[in-house]
Formats: sequence, C-alpha cells, structure tokens
Amino acid sequence: MSVSAAPREIKSLRDFVPFILSELKPRGKIFTPFNIISVPVIILGVILIAYRMIKGIGSITNLSQDFPWGMWIGFDVMTGVAFAGGAYVLTFVVYILRIEKYHPIVRATVLNGFLAYVFYAGALVIDLGRPWHIFNPIIGNKFGLSSVLFLVAWHFLLYMTAEFIEISPAFAEWLGLKRTRQVLSSLTLGAVVFGITLSTLHQSGLGALFMMAKGKIHPLWYTQFIPILFFVSSIFAGLSLVIFEGSISQRVFSDHLDDEHRASHNDILIGLAKGCAGAMFAYFFLKMLIFMHGRHWEYLHTGWGLWYLVEIIGLVLIPCYLFLRGAMYKNLTSIRVAAVLTILGIIINRLNYSVIAYKWYIPLPAHYVPSWMEIVTTLAIVFAEIWVFRWIVIRMPILRKPPAWVTGG
Amino acid sequence: MDRRKFLKSLGVGVLGAAGTALMARRPHAAEYSSESGEEFKGVLVDTTRCIGCRSCEEACAAAHDLPAPDIGDESVFKEKRDTSTTQLTVVNRYKTEKGIFFVKKQCMHCGQPGCVAACLVKAMKKHDDGAVTWDTNCMGCRYCMISCPFDIPKFEYNSWNPKIQKCNLCWEQRLTKGGIPACVEACPTETLLFGTKRELIEESRRRIYRQPKKYVNYIYGEDEVGGTSWIYLSAVPFEQIGFKTDLGVTAYPEYSTGFLYAVPIVLILWPAFLMGLSYLTRPEDEKEKKEKKR
Repeated sequence: MSVSAAPREIKSLRDFVPFILSELKPRGKIFTPFNIISVPVIILGVILIAYRMIKGIGSITNLSQDFPWGMWIGFDVMTGVAFAGGAYVLTFVVYILRIEKYHPIVRATVLNGFLAYVFYAGALVIDLGRPWHIFNPIIGNKFGLSSVLFLVAWHFLLYMTAEFIEISPAFAEWLGLKRTRQVLSSLTLGAVVFGITLSTLHQSGLGALFMMAKGKIHPLWYTQFIPILFFVSSIFAGLSLVIFEGSISQRVFSDHLDDEHRASHNDILIGLAKGCAGAMFAYFFLKMLIFMHGRHWEYLHTGWGLWYLVEIIGLVLIPCYLFLRGAMYKNLTSIRVAAVLTILGIIINRLNYSVIAYKWYIPLPAHYVPSWMEIVTTLAIVFAEIWVFRWIVIRMPILRKPPAWVTGG
Repeated sequence: MDRRKFLKSLGVGVLGAAGTALMARRPHAAEYSSESGEEFKGVLVDTTRCIGCRSCEEACAAAHDLPAPDIGDESVFKEKRDTSTTQLTVVNRYKTEKGIFFVKKQCMHCGQPGCVAACLVKAMKKHDDGAVTWDTNCMGCRYCMISCPFDIPKFEYNSWNPKIQKCNLCWEQRLTKGGIPACVEACPTETLLFGTKRELIEESRRRIYRQPKKYVNYIYGEDEVGGTSWIYLSAVPFEQIGFKTDLGVTAYPEYSTGFLYAVPIVLILWPAFLMGLSYLTRPEDEKEKKEKKR
C-alpha cells in the first residue's frame, strides 16, 4: 500500500491544516459495492432523521403508548453496546493479563468499541423525545440518583472517554505527535482498569433497566438475574463480533496488516473461539439454573417456549459447541459459523427483552414491529460507523504496526 | 452556568454515579406518608356508586386545557378505552356477574412510583402531598413508561417538542392552591372521595364492614405495588372490572435496588482487583526498572 506522504511530525498549525485536508481526500476505488449500497442508505437516513426532528418520533416509527422502546433502543443501543463488549474483554486480556498474542487486534477492537458507543449510543439522540435535554443528568438539571438509567448515562459518557484515551496513541502516531503520544500511552493502563469496571456495570446496567418491567416481559426471560445475564453474554457477544469483524478486515484491509499479524491471525481466532465457548457455557449453565428455579415448565409447550429454546439451544448451545469444535480441530469455518450464530443469538436476546417478549400478551398486529424507516435509519447508522472505521483504519496505525519512531525508540 | 458551579455539579454527578445505591431509599410496603412526614393524599373510588356520567372526564379536560369530551355519547363504552395524551382519565363499562359497573382510570399515584425511580433527571416527582407529576427537564427517554406497572405515562409521539401526559392529581392547577382535584369536585354521586390515604383506608373498611354483601372484602391499592394513593372498592372481584391483580405488593423501585446496591461494591473492588492482577502479570525486569527509578 502507498504510505502517506504527509509529514510525520506536525509542529504547528500551518503543517496541521494541509495534513488534515490531504487526509480527508478519499483513497482507493470510489464505486465499490459497499459504497454504492451504503451512500443512498445514509442519505435517506439523514433525510428521515431530519423529518423526525420536525414531525416527532411518531412520524417515522411504529412506537406506541404500549411500546415506548422499539428497534432504536432494542437493536442500536442494547445490541450495539453488547457487541462493543469485545473492547473491555480484550483490553483485560492484553493489558491486565498481558497475553501478547492478542496485541495485534487490540487497537482495531477498541476503535470498534469506541465507534460503537459514539454511533449506537449516539443513536439515542434520535430516539429521545427531547434530545436537547440529553446533558441534564450530567450538568445537574436534577440528578436522578435512584435511576438505573442515570448510572448507565454517566457510564456511557465516562466509558467513551476511557476508550478514547485507550485509542488516542494511534491518533498521536498518525499526527506524529511524539510527546503527546508518550503522555497518552502512559494513561492506557488506568483507562483500561477504569474502562473494565465501567463496562461491568453498564453492560449489566442495561439489563437492570428491565427489572422494573416486571410483568411486561415474558416469565421465561424475566428474572432477577437479568443484569448478570447481560454482563456474561456481553463477553461472548463482543468476542464473536471481534471474530466476525476480524475475518472481514483480514480480507478488506489485507494491505494494512503487518506480516506478523497476518501469520498469527488464525491462531488469534482459535484463542478467541475458546474464550467464547467458555463464556457461552457459563451463560448456558446460568440460564439453566434460572430456568430450573423459575419453574416455568408450563410455558415450554407454548410458542414462546419454542422461541426460548431456539435462542438458548440453537443460538447459544450449538454455537458454543461449534466454537469448541473449531478450536479443537483448528477449523476456522466452524468458528466463523459459530460467530455468526452467536451474533444472531445476541440480537434476538436483546430484542426479546426490549421488543419481542416485551408485552408478549399483546399479539400481532397490535404488537410493535419496526417500520421500514426505523430499519433504514438503523442501517444508515451502521454504515456511517463502518465509513468512519474504514477512514481511520486506512490512515492510522490500527491494524498495521505503529511507525518506526514508536517501536524503534 | 459558571465554571465553579459546573465543576461542583460534575463532582456530584461522579459521586452520584458511584454512590447511586447508597442514596436509594429503603422501601417498605404500603407507605402512607412522605419522608418529611406529610400524609399522602389520594382518592377513594367506590365503583359501586359510579353511574358512568363521565363528568370527571369533562372536568379533567377543562382543568388541563385539553379537548373537551362529548360526555353525552354513550357509544364510547362499546370498547375499553385507555387514557391518552389528551384524556388523562377515562371511564370504562364492565359487564359482570353482578351487573354493570363503571370504572374510572387514571394515574394511581403510587406511594413509591416506578416512574419516579426510573427518571434519570427527576422530571417525575412524588410530592410530599402524594401527587406524582411531570416536569419539563425531561429528556423524553420514556423509561417511565417502561417502569409503570399501570402503563399510565403517555408520550406525545407526534410533536417535535413532546411531553409526557398523565394525571397529576391537579397538583399544579388546584392542590397547591388549597383545592381538591377537578374530577372529585365534579362527581355527582360521591363515587370519588378525596383525603389522606390513611383516612381513605379507614373509610373503605367502614363501608366494607357496614355492607359486607355489597362489597368484596378487598381494597385495591392498599398494598398493590407497595401501596397507591388512589384506592378502589368493588362489588365484584377486581379482575372482572379490568384491574391487574398479579402486580404483587413489592414497590417497583425495589426490583432494581439489588443491582444498585452492587454498584459501589463493584466500583471499589474491581479496580483494586484489576490493578493487583496487572501488577502480578508485570514482567520482572519492568518492575525492577520502576523500583530503581524511585
């Protein structure tokens, strides 16, 4: 690949502006299939969001008085944040346990996590009815201290900061700021410790939000252990997404990978698969314990019981086995299939809590189903995140090694 | 906002995020008074007296500047209506084994409301006199709607500047001026009785004891979800007149206190544990380097 000819060290604003301008120019082919699909979707998404801001949330969503939270919360926020869990798991492995094997993928994962928070938690802004008040719990226009959502809001903000600090050395390397990089990278361990703590609390906190929806969520899903289930599932949700995303990046950004990374990539995937299998088994075991103690056998014969079994057997136990098998026989296809199934399982699980098994006693067609416009805005947000991710990966040392002045000195 | 005030509130916020659990109230069932000791006020609805005239609906709309309902139109009883952003109270008709009964529906004004515990900016507030009200610092997250056991808060989905609409016990309109709720005043049959919850419970018991054949021996709202400020009497079992009878007596905020209590513990133990683990895994030469530097 062509290494940027831009100055590697920026001394003044006069260097900075042309450098940024040159970096803003697109690189590579413009008419790729991804671009052709994503650009119209993003444009349409922006139009829909503008329309929603003028006409209200009801104008483009199917939300109702019975279903105040729909796809934007259930998928964008709940699921998006679970998938961002890979960042705290990997930083734990690399910076706390110091398992160097996973070092090559830690930056891409943290970047992905950071962007996931910015975009998916940012999607909250369009879901909030009065988004101009979003900073009220931060600036103290009343602190709702007894609210789980208050905790989640603060943790989102603090965790985004922690992740930004974790990824910031890459930004400094890109700009050639040697001194700044030194300062920023000395903050990494602190940010990691802080970040893992915050993640533990808000991953489980997202589950705790549903504690007061008792009676509205189907008994097969509602339990007092929802927070723990959300936390444990965020571990393998995050890792599965790392496997999935890593497999794609491997191909799409293969020019940007350093040789060492390329060689160890399969080995990394196998290690991650083992981690997933372990976490998933623990999760399955917890689910079984909760089911036994809940004594909800009677629901198993219903359609909801079948749906529950699809989730817990088809999208937890089976991928768990596939991960294990893939790791034992070094079969990457098995691992990738397992990752896709797991991702599907997490999406369904989070949607079950927020949408599908929420007010299960209200049957279709009165039950909430997202409108096409909600789906388009969600897709637009996902595509926008991928655009930013790609822009950064191509320009900064995320997948490739840091510049020589870091590794050499 | 000046910088000092900002930093101060930032500090409170950080501490709050840490110590949320410590601040959570220790709940107990069937509360009758606020923390300051003031008795909660509420309304007793004796469904055996209601004739379905809907004067309460009319008075409510007038008190809250909402479109006036056509109370002569009896066709509304054909289906069960829910409260809405423009109707903070509705009367429904139920056909039961003992005949036809009319039941008024509105916010129950819980002793420990789920919506108040849910609100991250305290836009939902339980006042000392018992009223649960909504304020404009709301950000529109609709978590109150998720957390309300009775599905009462209603959101204006079709406005760029939406509000949460619900019965406020005429707190702003009348209560603070020494009045009583508009619906109570308008009721021609004394179905509605305004008073402190303690008095209302006593009155309910009196009616049940005096006419045990007329009433079922149950006061809905005495203990439901930890006790509500609106309570109901009925001639037939409550599930026959549209009440949820499986809500339990636990106050809704209590369901999330378990999680909130765990927060400060994790916040203190996790970093210590992680730092310790990180020290253990640090390569020996790096440790020595650090020692020498000192």
